[in-house]
Amino acid sequence: MSAVTAPRSEKKPRPGGTLYRGYTGMWSWVLHRITGVAIFFFLLVHILDTALVRVSPEAYNAIMSSYKTPLMGLGEIALVGAIVFHALNGLRIILVDFWSKGVKYQRAMFWVVLGLWVVLMAGFLPRQIINIVLEVNGQ
Amino acid sequence: MSTVETPRSPYARTKPSGTNWEKWGWMYMRASGVVLVVLIFGHLFVNMVAGEGVRGIDFAFVAGKWASPFWQVWDLLMLWLALIHGANGMRTIINDYSSSPALGKVLRFAVFASAAVLIVLGTLVIFTFDPCPSVSPEQFDLLPSFCPPQ
Repeated sequence: MSAVTAPRSEKKPRPGGTLYRGYTGMWSWVLHRITGVAIFFFLLVHILDTALVRVSPEAYNAIMSSYKTPLMGLGEIALVGAIVFHALNGLRIILVDFWSKGVKYQRAMFWVVLGLWVVLMAGFLPRQIINIVLEVNGQ
Repeated sequence: MSTVETPRSPYARTKPSGTNWEKWGWMYMRASGVVLVVLIFGHLFVNMVAGEGVRGIDFAFVAGKWASPFWQVWDLLMLWLALIHGANGMRTIINDYSSSPALGKVLRFAVFASAAVLIVLGTLVIFTFDPCPSVSPEQFDLLPSFCPPQ
C-alpha cells in the first residue's frame, strides 16, 4: 500500500481565511502596534516639555536645546518615521474597513504605504540631517 | 441520568442592549485618525521642516504661533484627539496582552489617568499662555520680537 502524497505546489502555500494572518497584512498590524505605543509614550513626554512654556522662556529653551542634540536628532528621525508609517497605514486600515475593494487591494496598499513613506521621509531627512551635522560641528 | 439537549436546537442570539461602546471606540479611532493625519503632518511640516526645522524651535517660536487663535485651536485639537486616540489604542493592547484581569484594570487606569491629567494640563497651558510674560532684563531677548519693551 503506497501512501498518497499531495502534489507539491511550486508556490509556498499561503494561510487563508484572514488578511491579518501572515505576510504584509500581519506585519503591517505588528508595525502599527509598535509605532502606536512608541508615539503614545513620546506624546506624554512632549506635552510635559511643551508645558514648560508656562514656567519660563529660559526653562522651555533649556528643554528644547536637548531636543537639538545629534542623538535626539536621530531619535526624531525614528519618531517621524514611526508617525508617518502609523498615519499612512492607518489610512490603509480605514480603506480596508470601508472601501468595498479594500480587502482585495490591502497587499497593494501596503506597498503604496511604504512608497509614500519613502517619499515623505525624503522630504524630511535633508533638513534634519543638515541640522544634525550643524550640531555635530558645533555651529 | 441527565437529558441531552436536542443537538440541532437553534442558537438563540440575544440582542445586546445599551450603547455599544466598543463600536464607538472603533469608529473614533478611524474618525480621529483621519483628522490627526492632517493636524500632525501640518505640525511636523511647520515645526520640523519649514524654516530651520527643529533648530528654530524656542520660546519665541511657540509664542509666535500661540499668539494666533488658529494655532491655539490646531494644537488644542491635536492634544485632545491624539491623547484619546492613543489611550484607546493602549487599552486595546492591554486587553490583548495583560495576563490577569486585575493587572489589566490597573494598566487601563494608569493609561486613562495620565491621558486625563495631560489633557487638562495641555488645555490650561494653551489657554493661559502669555507670549510676552514679564521677565528679568537678561531674558528679554528670549521673547518674540512683537513684545513691547518692559
